[in-house]
Amino acid sequence: MNQRVAIVGIGWSGFRPLTPEVSYKELMYEAAVRAYADAGVDPRRDVESFVTVAEDFHEGTSIFDEYTPDQLGAVLKPMHTICGDGLHGLATAYMLISTGQFELVAVEGHSKASNILTLPEVTAYAQDPVLNRPLRLNTHFVAGLEMHRYLYETGATHEQCASVVVKNRFNALSNPAAPYGANLTLEDVLDGPPLSWPLGRREAAEHADGAVVMVLANEQRARFLSDKPVWILGVGWCNDSPSLESREWAQLPYIQKAAHMAYRQAGFSNPRGVVDFAEVDDLYAYKELQSLEALGFFAPGEAGPLSADGFTASDGELPVNVSGGSLGFGHLLDATGLARALEVVLQLRGEAGSRQLEGVEIGLAQSWRGAPTTSGAVTVLSN
Amino acid sequence: MGLRKVAVVGAGMTKFVRRAQETAKELSYQATHMALQSCELSMDDVEAVCLGTAPDSFDGIHMNGEYLSDGAGAWRKPYMRSYVGGGTGVFVPIQGWYHVASGLFDVVLVVAEEKMSSYYPHAQAAFLTIFDHTTERPLKPNLLWIFALEMNRYMSAYGIAKEDIARVSVQHKRNAADHPAALLGDADITVEDVLNSEVLAWPVQRFDVSPVSDGAVAIVLAAEHVAKRITDKPVWIEGVGWSLDTAHWTNRDLVYPRYVEYAARMAYEMAGVKEPRKEIHIAEPYDPFDYKALHHLEGLQLAERGQAPQLYIDGVAARDGDMPVCPSGGLLGVGNPIAAAGLMKIAELFWQLRGEAGARQVPGQPRRGLAQAWGDLMQVGTVVIMGR
Amino acid sequence: MTANNQNLPGTPLSEKDFEEGNILFNYDDLRGDFAWDTGVAIGSYLQGFKDGVILGARCSTCRKIVVPPRTVCEWCFHPMDEYVPLQNTGTVNTFSLCYVTWDVQRITEPEIPAVIEIDGASSLHGIMHLLSEVDPQKVHIGMRVQAVWKPVDERQGAVTDILYFKPIEEV
Repeated sequence: MNQRVAIVGIGWSGFRPLTPEVSYKELMYEAAVRAYADAGVDPRRDVESFVTVAEDFHEGTSIFDEYTPDQLGAVLKPMHTICGDGLHGLATAYMLISTGQFELVAVEGHSKASNILTLPEVTAYAQDPVLNRPLRLNTHFVAGLEMHRYLYETGATHEQCASVVVKNRFNALSNPAAPYGANLTLEDVLDGPPLSWPLGRREAAEHADGAVVMVLANEQRARFLSDKPVWILGVGWCNDSPSLESREWAQLPYIQKAAHMAYRQAGFSNPRGVVDFAEVDDLYAYKELQSLEALGFFAPGEAGPLSADGFTASDGELPVNVSGGSLGFGHLLDATGLARALEVVLQLRGEAGSRQLEGVEIGLAQSWRGAPTTSGAVTVLSN
Repeated sequence: MGLRKVAVVGAGMTKFVRRAQETAKELSYQATHMALQSCELSMDDVEAVCLGTAPDSFDGIHMNGEYLSDGAGAWRKPYMRSYVGGGTGVFVPIQGWYHVASGLFDVVLVVAEEKMSSYYPHAQAAFLTIFDHTTERPLKPNLLWIFALEMNRYMSAYGIAKEDIARVSVQHKRNAADHPAALLGDADITVEDVLNSEVLAWPVQRFDVSPVSDGAVAIVLAAEHVAKRITDKPVWIEGVGWSLDTAHWTNRDLVYPRYVEYAARMAYEMAGVKEPRKEIHIAEPYDPFDYKALHHLEGLQLAERGQAPQLYIDGVAARDGDMPVCPSGGLLGVGNPIAAAGLMKIAELFWQLRGEAGARQVPGQPRRGLAQAWGDLMQVGTVVIMGR
Repeated sequence: MTANNQNLPGTPLSEKDFEEGNILFNYDDLRGDFAWDTGVAIGSYLQGFKDGVILGARCSTCRKIVVPPRTVCEWCFHPMDEYVPLQNTGTVNTFSLCYVTWDVQRITEPEIPAVIEIDGASSLHGIMHLLSEVDPQKVHIGMRVQAVWKPVDERQGAVTDILYFKPIEEV
């Protein structure tokens, strides 16, 4: 594990609430073609291994990995699926290259949430079948419980959570890829109907379809292929208890540990002053505050007031979710983390258009697998 | 830059039963506990966990990997679930391998767990959803179809008689009589028994098939410097390979599993194996159906195409033969809890290569073994080569 | 482990344990409704079925015609946009006689699934479908078959618009 690993190609397609004109395979193909063109590689000749992230119940097909190789150029190549978020897939590709056995690995994640007609039911099947599911609650209730305890223990306010929605959806207006850009006021957000009180309807990300593909390379290949490689300084991931009956509600120890793992590899312990900007989980507005604290950017209770003050705005000291986050992009199911990493790569390459942050060198992407899980991943990238 | 060496240092498993009283998490715990005890490690020593389990539809739990994580010891640890259908059982140790070989971790726990009995009334119905939702599912296909289609093609292409295939089932089930976890071990079964069994989907008959079961297996992987401290008999992972063929299975000839060949070649190259038939001392190919063991032996380059039955006829594949095949009893004998079945083969090689396989022990101090699994729509090959 | 460990964990249960109420269990029915966008390639394929035509796609780089059509050739990774109408006839590549339904019911008259190489597509390129109007014992690999379509007004644009394939010659 002596050579570094870099992201040398990115491609994406979609990011719309509906994509009726293309099948999931065609969505994946479009993202893949773009990523391979960006990297300047031929998948049949150059890419040595492939990793996809997916969950069967999101696809409506069992053993979904059957249907992944053709449209990615992976036929008869070493390919596997990770049942995790896109950042778990990224970490896997990173490990594969770090073994020294592979030089070029592609990662893919996608969402066709629009095709899941009974998405709330499907999500509920992730709840414990004996202990929780018989209560017949919509899975958002887990977020409601967590948000309530988070506000209670940290003193964060509902308004501070709502300000995250205002910020992120406003940021999304500058992102041509994001479908949920909007110019909202705090009242617009707080006046929305409740979802799982204290969580409000407008504080939860809507879904979107899309696909993201990234090509990773070891240092030697990266320098040859790209004049703007984005280096992976560290990756971390962790799980906490899946059980609702025995978990921490206000804090996110699994994000703390995942971050610690990534920071240790990157060679620092405190991200403040080192990481210039971040793309973090905001599937629910309060999550952005909670995650920022777990990542070590703020002490518990600080994220709310600082965020409401503009600390995390695109022109603030620590821009967070300049892309618009999930609130602006849409909840992309398992591809969510890859969409966060996508923005980090674009910013570090100087390709973020009107959203471009000046002089950034180190960025962070973090994701969560959504309710009711306690699984998340972190990556630190630099140019 | 050399590859970091990785060894298997411990293993444990539960019985494979048709329907276990234990829950999925309890099965994982039992296997994990036994694996850790076997090398005197505790959960504190484990730095990451890798899990493999079959499609969520069997358990009726979405994101089943998350649900199972605590039973597999992944509380507050880096944890990932990998997936390649039936190939998962031999893939999840590969996943553990890259965790350690990458340099990120020194000790990794690998768990494969299956609770197929959850599906009511019979797990086989869940396989409907593996077929393409638009081009195949409307025909109400049955998992048996795709195996029968392949078996027919294989038999017809080479003129292989049913007796020669039945012989595989008989040998594996007899081997399994010596396995403490076995569901279907039978010391007295004969070729006639197989040929007289009920026709399910011609040419597939009841005793050609390994039925669904519950069970879990766990192994512990360690980097070289740690492995040598833990045990004086580490079993090294010398080669790994995997390959996924096109989803369009009706656009390929089912007579030969080229994806198994690709996976095997990758593993042989890594292990420095030039003449597989001579250098592999024990083979554990995936045998959910008896003809599959033959099909896979050919893909693994351990027999010429159409010639695998000869290994059984000549006694080469017997436990005391020149290249024992499935001394464990395989899936046909021990049982088929999808992912756990593949990892069972890895555990078997671990015990065999250390001389700890008891009544199943292959004589002559074997030094190198190969485990292979298959999955998806006749699509994926996963291979691991282990050696002392 | 230990060769000597005969007592592996795991407690087997039988159907009787449930019938006699010795074991408590929890039952749930899962509902998963999906509407999969068929997209360009399969969308065209299904429209073809509605029109009574089996469509394939041609890869000009590999010089092959595949079925069902897709937008990318999985071998050379070039896009495929040339759709080719294939014949209604084909050759049985492999088949089975199945006496068990997908949900494990026993039947006496077998279902006959087969892989049928469609005339007009490249060799070994076919689709899975059912055979009927044939004596099961007379089905053989290499048998020539033709599609039997639903009447035009009953077709929906689904693979079941072909009811089954039957032998071309009288058997």
